[in-house]
Amino acid sequence: MDQTAPIVAVNLWYHVGSANERTGRTGFAHLFEHMLFQGSADVDSNEHFELIQRAGGTLNGSTWLDRTNYFETVPSNHLELVLWLESNRMGHLLPAMTQQKLDNQRDVVKNERRWSLDNQPYGSWWERLPALCYPLEHPFHHSLIGSNEDLDAASLEDIGDFFRTYYTPDNAVLSIAGDFDPARTRAWVERHFGPIPKGGGRPSATSDAMPPRFGGWRREVVPDNVALSRLFLAFLSPVFGSEAYYAASVCAAVLGLKKGSRLYRSLVRDRRLASDTKAFTYDLSKGSDLLVLDVTGLAGVSGEELEVAVAAEVDALRSKPVTGEEVGRAVALLESDYVTAIQSAGERADRLSMFATYFGDPSLINEQVERYRKVTAKAVNEFVRDRLGSDNRASLLYVPREAATRTAAA
Amino acid sequence: MTGATQAGGRVPRPDSLPPRPYRFPRFERRRLDNGGKLVIAPARKLPLATVCIVAEAGAVTEPAGREGIAQLVGDLLLEGSAGYSGAEIAERFERLGAVVEIETQWDVSVICVSALRQHLESAVQFLGEVVRAPSFPEREVERLKSERRAELMRQHTEPRGLADDMFSRVVYTAASRYSRPIGGTEKSVTSISGQDVQRFFDDRYRAGGLTIVIAGDVDVDDGDRMTRSAFGGWPAGAPVIATTNDTPARDGRGLHIVPKADAQQAELRIGHVGVPRNHPDYYSIVIMNAVLGGLFSSRINLNLRERHGYTYGAFSGFDWRRQCGPFSVSTAVQTEVTARAAKEVIAEIDRIREAEVSAAELSLATSYLDGVFPIRYETTESIADALVTLNTFGLPDNFHDVYRERIRAVTTHDVLRAAREYLTPDALQVLMVGDAGPLRAQLEELAFAPVTLHNPKDES
Repeated sequence: MDQTAPIVAVNLWYHVGSANERTGRTGFAHLFEHMLFQGSADVDSNEHFELIQRAGGTLNGSTWLDRTNYFETVPSNHLELVLWLESNRMGHLLPAMTQQKLDNQRDVVKNERRWSLDNQPYGSWWERLPALCYPLEHPFHHSLIGSNEDLDAASLEDIGDFFRTYYTPDNAVLSIAGDFDPARTRAWVERHFGPIPKGGGRPSATSDAMPPRFGGWRREVVPDNVALSRLFLAFLSPVFGSEAYYAASVCAAVLGLKKGSRLYRSLVRDRRLASDTKAFTYDLSKGSDLLVLDVTGLAGVSGEELEVAVAAEVDALRSKPVTGEEVGRAVALLESDYVTAIQSAGERADRLSMFATYFGDPSLINEQVERYRKVTAKAVNEFVRDRLGSDNRASLLYVPREAATRTAAA
Repeated sequence: MTGATQAGGRVPRPDSLPPRPYRFPRFERRRLDNGGKLVIAPARKLPLATVCIVAEAGAVTEPAGREGIAQLVGDLLLEGSAGYSGAEIAERFERLGAVVEIETQWDVSVICVSALRQHLESAVQFLGEVVRAPSFPEREVERLKSERRAELMRQHTEPRGLADDMFSRVVYTAASRYSRPIGGTEKSVTSISGQDVQRFFDDRYRAGGLTIVIAGDVDVDDGDRMTRSAFGGWPAGAPVIATTNDTPARDGRGLHIVPKADAQQAELRIGHVGVPRNHPDYYSIVIMNAVLGGLFSSRINLNLRERHGYTYGAFSGFDWRRQCGPFSVSTAVQTEVTARAAKEVIAEIDRIREAEVSAAELSLATSYLDGVFPIRYETTESIADALVTLNTFGLPDNFHDVYRERIRAVTTHDVLRAAREYLTPDALQVLMVGDAGPLRAQLEELAFAPVTLHNPKDES
């Protein structure tokens, strides 16, 4: 609770994402997310958006590999309206679904695909990197936004099946953060969500088990309409929430978070090979997480040079191990980033839903800073030895098409 | 449908409660001995604060031919000083967990540091030390220039960036600073020397044009003391307030095609020169834009996305500057429907000038902007940013206190008047970035304006 301003955030995580899609239906979880804004038994098409905006609120939804979330932040006097809207679509979505709405949202999603992937330089990395890192039959392998063919195949019947299977109260977490009265809010939640029946349980999922390492160095080179080479170098890494995850996350920050990081200092500042360096983890809590280095070259730097230079920095973590000072810098940044983020009620609610969904314990939100503070240089160096060797690498390398053609002709 | 008979134990839509009051954080103004201004807004929720330095050093203050120097100088402030190299400066802030962000705007340049309360004083002190006497090492000047050139190359393969860039060029006369991107062009950036950099800094970074804004977990006296010690040493003197030519590139409509081979979609920009931020009809214009294309539920998005499925989203906006920034509608559509989408946008612009908007449309826009107001100021960065904006445009100190009532006071008549006065269908420039073949094939549908084919490389 936080009553410094009359604002409240409502956040719902459904434990379903692209990983739960069946063969031939890639992109369905995300298309379904769009359909949730097309009305429900007592709400007209687009009325959800209109009612929240009329209340002075912000809202959206997003789909990820293993979850889908829906969220609103509103002036706190409208809290019950939001609970009603979310419960109406959780309990009574299907009467509002029509073929016309599905066809319209299919077109919108195809345009979203063009906008965010097909018509963006490097945009295909969203699909190519998971496909390169996870085996064909693995639930994280296939495209989240989906292929146009699979989107075309999606039917109203699929909507009904997916809804009945996954959009049930026992597969969802509701979080409320900000300015609210706990007793009254509890009563509202009971009133609106209480009558919605449980689901029949989640179908047994495909195995998501992964080895700790790739067992080699995978490479994919993509000649594309780009002016600058860009490398995504990925490593299988410990799942989100595990002890080793925090060491991995600190290691990513040592390598690629801001200007004091190793990649920036070496590749941007000293050697002037790169224009931008980043490192991040996918934060997946099952199967295997990915740690990814994302480095864009300067003009004239070939893809090969870029890959050699980035790999040399990763190798240097062994000859020049991570120091206590480097860990200190990384943890200081991660800590202030965390405090900065949780200023927003929506961000707090989303994190509560995340910890409750993955680990059944929303209070883990309060332990994150402490877990980062406990990471030692020794733990980071152990992670480096365990996971950053040449037997656990996947390179996705974008190179300017013209340069690629010239090289091939030479 | 809402409120109809409730079958299956469904609950009717609840009424909302009366709103709880909200006030934008109180702030106090002080003045430094060297003429610098200080604005402090204590706002305590978490042990965090943001401190921003605002200098009269925006892009419009640049000497002709040196476009991009404002941003270059801003970025170079952290790339070397008397006692520290760029690497050491980054390292020192980051070990405090302090995040420094430099943003060069059209009118001013803003450097903000956010840090946990316990590190704030050290971070601000260090920022003061570094920014007071930057050394502008030649090597770093050249490196940042190469990085800007790389950014331009990247942007010109990226349809959105290319469309934004080209739109400014077709809307503003070539003599306008607004016709070129804030970061400068390849040619202008290449021409900047170390001497230019030093001169720009000496001219523009002076205490008379300096404003310090503090928001967060700091009381006024602490903020005052911290600021005096960190920034009190800036040389006095006030930089001249600069202006640019903000007139349009041409009379009448224009249709502009920027070919991009293999584009999977067409980026569309439609608009014209708008109005300055400090405008007597500001509130009417804001509400008019919200109904037209400023919200998800506004006319343009509902038409293009929800009715036609042409796009993932379409929005309109006025870009607020001291002088006339652009009004524009932005979207990306399936290439084969580009002309139809452009016609729908123009039809919506015509329609909002023909008749008053409905009471329901007006109330959606006013109640959204009224209600969302407190949600905008959840973070110390956003409070600081609001005060920087207040300062840049010389808005009254009670701006945030009267904003909501002024928004609520706008009528359907005001909206119609704003649409008629500040949207000019005859001046619209329509710009398309996409696969030239299919775009040209649709031109008959857009026979209203002379067509120009552009090559971004020719004009940079």
